[in-house]
Amino acid sequence: MLETVIHTENLTKQFGDFTAVDAITFDVYKGEIFGFLGANGAGKTTAMRILCGLLSPTSGEAKVAGFDVYKESEDIKKHIGYMSQKFSLYNNLTVKENIQFFGGIYGIERKRLKEKTNELIERLGLVHEADKLVGSLPLGWKQKISFSTAILHEPRIVFLDEPTGGVDPITRRQFWDMIYEASNRGITVFVTTHYMDEAEYCDRVSIMVDGAIAALNNPSDMKKDFGVKDMNDVFLELARGAKRGE
Amino acid sequence: MKIFLSFVRKEFQHLFRDRKSMLILLGLPVMMMLIFGFALSSEVKNSSVAILDYSKDEMTLRVIDRIDQSQYFTVTKNLNSESQIEEVFKKGEARLVVIFPQNFNDDLLHTNAAQVRLIGDASDPNTSNIVINYASAIIRDFQNEIFGLQKLPYEIKVETRMLYNPQLKSSYNFVPGVMTLILMLLGAMMTSVSIVKEKEMGTMEILLVSPMKPLMVVISKAIPYLVLCFVDLILILLMAVFVLDMPIAGSLPLLLAESLLFILTTLSLGLLISSIVDSQQVAMFISLVGFLMPALVFSGFMFPIENMPKPLQIVSNIVPTKWYYSIVSSIMVKGLGFGFIIKQTVILLGMTLVFLAAAIKKFKVRLA
Amino acid sequence: MNNLLFLLQKEFKQIFRDPAILRLIFLMPIIQLILIPLAADYEIKQIDISVVDHDHSSYSRRLTNKLVASGYFQLAEYNNSYQKSMETVGEGDTDIILTIPQNFEKDLIKESAAKVHIAADAVNGVRAGLGTAYAGQIIAEFNREVREEWVQFPRMNPLPLIEITSANWYNPHFSYYLFMVPGILAILVTMVGAFLTALNIVAEKEVGTIEQLNVTPIKKYQFILGKLIPFWVLGLVSITLGMLVAWVIFGIIPVGSYFTVYVFSAVYLLGVLGIGLLVSTFAETQQQATLFAFFFMMVFILLGGLYTPVESMPEWAQWLTKVNPPTYFIKVIRAVYIKGSNFSDLLPEFYAMIAFAFGFNFLAVRNYRKRSA
Repeated sequence: MLETVIHTENLTKQFGDFTAVDAITFDVYKGEIFGFLGANGAGKTTAMRILCGLLSPTSGEAKVAGFDVYKESEDIKKHIGYMSQKFSLYNNLTVKENIQFFGGIYGIERKRLKEKTNELIERLGLVHEADKLVGSLPLGWKQKISFSTAILHEPRIVFLDEPTGGVDPITRRQFWDMIYEASNRGITVFVTTHYMDEAEYCDRVSIMVDGAIAALNNPSDMKKDFGVKDMNDVFLELARGAKRGE
Repeated sequence: MKIFLSFVRKEFQHLFRDRKSMLILLGLPVMMMLIFGFALSSEVKNSSVAILDYSKDEMTLRVIDRIDQSQYFTVTKNLNSESQIEEVFKKGEARLVVIFPQNFNDDLLHTNAAQVRLIGDASDPNTSNIVINYASAIIRDFQNEIFGLQKLPYEIKVETRMLYNPQLKSSYNFVPGVMTLILMLLGAMMTSVSIVKEKEMGTMEILLVSPMKPLMVVISKAIPYLVLCFVDLILILLMAVFVLDMPIAGSLPLLLAESLLFILTTLSLGLLISSIVDSQQVAMFISLVGFLMPALVFSGFMFPIENMPKPLQIVSNIVPTKWYYSIVSSIMVKGLGFGFIIKQTVILLGMTLVFLAAAIKKFKVRLA
Repeated sequence: MNNLLFLLQKEFKQIFRDPAILRLIFLMPIIQLILIPLAADYEIKQIDISVVDHDHSSYSRRLTNKLVASGYFQLAEYNNSYQKSMETVGEGDTDIILTIPQNFEKDLIKESAAKVHIAADAVNGVRAGLGTAYAGQIIAEFNREVREEWVQFPRMNPLPLIEITSANWYNPHFSYYLFMVPGILAILVTMVGAFLTALNIVAEKEVGTIEQLNVTPIKKYQFILGKLIPFWVLGLVSITLGMLVAWVIFGIIPVGSYFTVYVFSAVYLLGVLGIGLLVSTFAETQQQATLFAFFFMMVFILLGGLYTPVESMPEWAQWLTKVNPPTYFIKVIRAVYIKGSNFSDLLPEFYAMIAFAFGFNFLAVRNYRKRSA
């Protein structure tokens, strides 16, 4: 019934003696918004980088969009979009140039790319800013552009690494609207965050503690299981047992 | 004060954790000392010589053999005609061509005069000059040996003595130069780049909202480099004394004190750069073109300053490295006391104060 | 292929928007080419000489005048105390002290032999060596004059004498500019190629945009070509600028063909870019990249034969120069510029450069990882 787009089994990553990701097993289904939560240093970003083909795993299995992370990482890259924690657009290119560049290297045909770019700029309401350097724009706008370029080539999955860090609540809300829209189009969204209110927006949430998955469920069931009112309390409940962190 | 110390500690950890940079910062002076000390020499050895011998008699063979035997030359080619000379030069196969005309031996024995012609590849003018001089000396020695020394009447003999550096060791010249260059690299370039980096990354603002005075934040970043400067300085001095056999003729405490002054000059220069620019690449560019290159050129360790055209000589006066170089070579090589370097010291001190004042003013304007 | 075009488009746009890079490209050749050759003039012109004259004879004065008239020396002191002259050496005002002993003139005429004494500040060995050599030559000339005034030489040599004549080809006036300018051109290309590429890639690492590229399906070779081609073009632009400066300021143009200069530059640049790329795979931050690049530049320049001939280095160092790409390029550029060597004269160097181009790029490609371990 549900198509699995990400599948991991006992996926593990060690840096020397340190086990950053400890035998995690989970599935992500097509079209869902999958929240990947955890305290700083819990291993979220490491796990995500493995799935994107930026980091080799130490052991375990993982398939993304049907491709193996060990052998077929370059195939994975054709079917995913990625928005990193660090800012990922070129500050000294214009909005238009950034969109065209990233669209171009995903092999979108030139004519089509031009149409898509104009369409996107219009949709984002950036017609006047299209020829401005990205470096001169406010952070919230950059993040919206960043997200839009990450899904411009219609990937099957988009990975978002703390996409809303440092922006105001209104912009965050708008950003989530964009996420829903993408999800409605059938794009699977894999998002890490440490804003607990954002966790409520997800279809399903996994919470990582010390490199392992401590809980995985939809937000309402998860709250019920722990007998608390909101995700923040779930998180605190789980994080209390953590050994890593500050 | 306690906060300040914890800042300094953080900067130390930052610097020392970057193993790759540490490796280079410590390896660079060692590498330069070794290359300058053991690899480079303006002396000419094993130069390749091509011979064009129209006589091929007993005497020319003996001369050729004598040239080949010397440590300065290796005979690599025998030519058959004048037209080949161009070719060996163009291919870079010989630095010198020695031409013997026909009947060399006969002429020499019967008319008491024979000619030999030396042609140097003066695309490297100094080497060509030296090579021709050496070859002439070898031929003359050969002649004196075979036919006896010709003593001339009314002879003025010249006795030459080389002061301070009787063996003409080049280390006396480059060790102060290496010191100047490394301190400039660390003090001005690395310091400015590391401060500008924080600006670029936006972390500077976080530091600035801390209860520390902005200037203190900046100074705490400079302290680890000051320490590193001293470490490199000691490293260079140890290598000079124990590896290159170059004694420190003057007073060590004086040398260290003057070096400390110069380190402060470079650090204040680094602070000044970092107060003006906002991007690492620009900071590097300014330090590289504005300070390191002049440090190489104007410290007089590669090129004698006296030779430069007048405008450049004047420019060289505003380059701090020139004065430090002069101080170091006075103390280390000539063994002079403080009395001889008062002028240089005052100039460096003045420069330091000006740089520092400008930097503080700039920082205040920026942060206010 | 399409991907590559997009990468190239992006790189060129960024380069033309970056004032720092543009400044580097335009200013570096100009500053370096003007400053260094002017500074690196080893011709010794103004040697400060102190004459300590204990003789005060007409000969001692004649000798002093002759030294000053030669143009190599200027008289810093003329006194009769060696001690006093030594002090001026300490202050850096005197390079050479010539001491003319008492009875110099009398000894020369009566005893047919006299002595003078030269002491040189040898902190700078080269300067001291050349200075004393010049002084020696002028004294010898003076000696000949004196001798000719007293003796009539017979027409034939009393003993066999080998007469040595010499010529300096390609640069008969010993112009140091002619020697240095082409050498600096070679260094310039090296700096632009290695330094800029390394810094550029590491900057992408530091800002994080490289990660964004690494999650895209672009191929390794596309990324690398996308970086190499723009900087290859920049390198050729900078040597063109450099040649222009050499011509305008120093009036130096290659005796050989421009074609040869460009062919060699094009191939050499590939190797140098490979070095830059390799550095960028090691360095994490721009600070590190600068340090690495500075380190290599020092080794390159020092071992490249820019100042001192390669043959006079010890064996181990000569071995190092063989794997030092600039050694070849400095030699080539000088040969084409000064001697007019043509392509076939420089075939061995050409092969070496091809080998470097392949070698360094192979290493760089092997070291560049889209995915970390």
